[in-house]
Amino acid sequence: MPPKRGNPLQWLSSTRLVIVAGKGGVGKTTVTAVLARAAIRVGLSVLVVEMDGKPPLAQLLAEPADGEALETISVTPAQALGDYLNTHGLARVAKRLVGNGLIDVVATAAPGIDDIVVLGRLKQLERDGTYDLILVDGPAAGHAVTMLMAPTGLQQAVRGGPVRHQADEVRQLLTDHDRVQVVLVTLAEATPVNELLETAAALRDKIDVRLGPVVINSVDAGPPLVVPAGAANTDLGRAADYTNARLALQRAEIQRLDTEWAGERVIVPRLAGDGLDPAGIDRLADALLDVDGKLLRVDR
Amino acid sequence: MIATTATSAVSTMIDEARVIICCGSGGVGKTTTSAALAYEAARRGRRAIVITIDPARRLADAMGATGRLGNDPVRIDVPDIDAVGGGELWALMLDASDTFDDLVRANATSDQQAERILANGFYRNVAGTLSGTQDYMAAERLFALHHDARFDLVVVDTPPTRSALDFLAAPTTLTRFLDHPLFKMLMLPTRRGLKVLNFAAQPVLKAIGAVVGSEVLSDATAFFQAFSGMETGFRERADRVAELVTSDVTRFVLVCSPRPDTAAEAAYFADRLDEADLSVSALIVNRATPDFGEPSGRRPTRAVQSALYDNQLALHRSAANERAVIAAALGEAAASATWVPLLPTDVHDLSTLDHVRQHLVASDAAG
Repeated sequence: MPPKRGNPLQWLSSTRLVIVAGKGGVGKTTVTAVLARAAIRVGLSVLVVEMDGKPPLAQLLAEPADGEALETISVTPAQALGDYLNTHGLARVAKRLVGNGLIDVVATAAPGIDDIVVLGRLKQLERDGTYDLILVDGPAAGHAVTMLMAPTGLQQAVRGGPVRHQADEVRQLLTDHDRVQVVLVTLAEATPVNELLETAAALRDKIDVRLGPVVINSVDAGPPLVVPAGAANTDLGRAADYTNARLALQRAEIQRLDTEWAGERVIVPRLAGDGLDPAGIDRLADALLDVDGKLLRVDR
Repeated sequence: MIATTATSAVSTMIDEARVIICCGSGGVGKTTTSAALAYEAARRGRRAIVITIDPARRLADAMGATGRLGNDPVRIDVPDIDAVGGGELWALMLDASDTFDDLVRANATSDQQAERILANGFYRNVAGTLSGTQDYMAAERLFALHHDARFDLVVVDTPPTRSALDFLAAPTTLTRFLDHPLFKMLMLPTRRGLKVLNFAAQPVLKAIGAVVGSEVLSDATAFFQAFSGMETGFRERADRVAELVTSDVTRFVLVCSPRPDTAAEAAYFADRLDEADLSVSALIVNRATPDFGEPSGRRPTRAVQSALYDNQLALHRSAANERAVIAAALGEAAASATWVPLLPTDVHDLSTLDHVRQHLVASDAAG
């Protein structure tokens, strides 16, 4: 049975924390921005969290209008660790750790400690309940698995102390399907789809985190172009053949994903032109919210 | 126009280089580009090997060799190779952890020392999960293969690091620890060699132990202890690896896509290379929209015809926009960029890889 198309209204409000992950170049940041706009549009208050100081995310989001609630914050390991140590009365240790570079040794002795403090910060934001939805522009797919595995790893390596306690709590959060879901992003191309399926399997088997809908980004609008016999060897015809070949490739990959992925999926269309800006993100959010069938409506 | 491969800048680079390092952000087709460069080298008569550091088996995909690639070189069967240059195409997919273990065994003063290190928890973290280890082992492997008589060109597909320059700093991954104050603090020289201080007595370590648990730190101490005597060998090796990576037999290829973010990453890397007195030998722009020119005449009124017109115009405008993106991000370097279109098919075997290869060597004759 083909997967259901996810209704964003339903799934975006089903957990407070949504972590967006995907292989480099699939447009994770774009999708995070689109989901944020769509959520704001349906009346949710939204916090967007970005993780490695990338500037583009904030630029993609329009200033919230009256009555809309949108914040963007950055959570980095160094800053999260500093916060963590400070709130645990270890401010002096924090200073010395960073000052003499011992932090490297600690991070290697207990790998995942940087991930755990970042996840700990997300846990805190989730618990605060200030926002209806916390959208995380997560790390690239490979690192997503490593990061989400960090609590399990630390539970084995560290037997006691505050870090162990933190790992226990974060693990509890990640496996709570009512509070967290991971949304994986892909393109309708063979390699990213393969990688998505591998990541999905790893996340499900190793971490038991809830997987939300898969988002297929940058899908070209159909239907295929009709090329009359007279146009076959012209530039018009060659351009149309190229476009049709790309369309066919994308359709085939979407079909393959549908047979190998049992969950829901959502399509985000590709916009003509390149420069994605707040206006473009708004249009994509419109397309996403149009769940009655015209998801692929794009101006070409 | 005839695209004579002999004069293309990419071909010249392939003929001259002993090492090619491909850098760029994730998802820009770096792996495919690396494989295509090695393929072209083989066709030009060279014995080329491509190394990838990819847990996701992308190189295997690109070479149609799914399931066969591992940590040892595998020769890729190229049916028509004797009809062209008669070279060889090899590939391997790096296993950083295995490579690190081999390096430890090769440098250990005794089997017991090697076993003590390999079994240590801190070492397993360094070899398995430490960021930078993959780059370090790729550089190490590159060095070993460069001195392997079976190959005369090594092409490296670097991991998509946050800062692409990590690869250059990679050989210091371990020596960074050896130069660490903790190591020096713990290993005070005595008449009978090195002596380990009672680490728990150190106030800082005591505090760290309270946070992460003391057993974690005792693993680290045991590692430094077990490592003593090997650090000179490791330092020398790291220096030689770093020397090769920055020597004049090594060429850097920047790979990006025509999007502002990946182009900016490429520009950043070009600047950092420049600061290190190294230069970029080729700039490859992958996933470009093919340009079929501006449609001629007025927009037709009939639906079928106007759809074709709009399609060609949309591609033409996208292509122009992409050229502007690259020019804005990369300035003068953009002029000599090699453009590879987003292909209408996936690259999953040698014949589709060959399409990429042809674009790599033909494009600068056309531009």
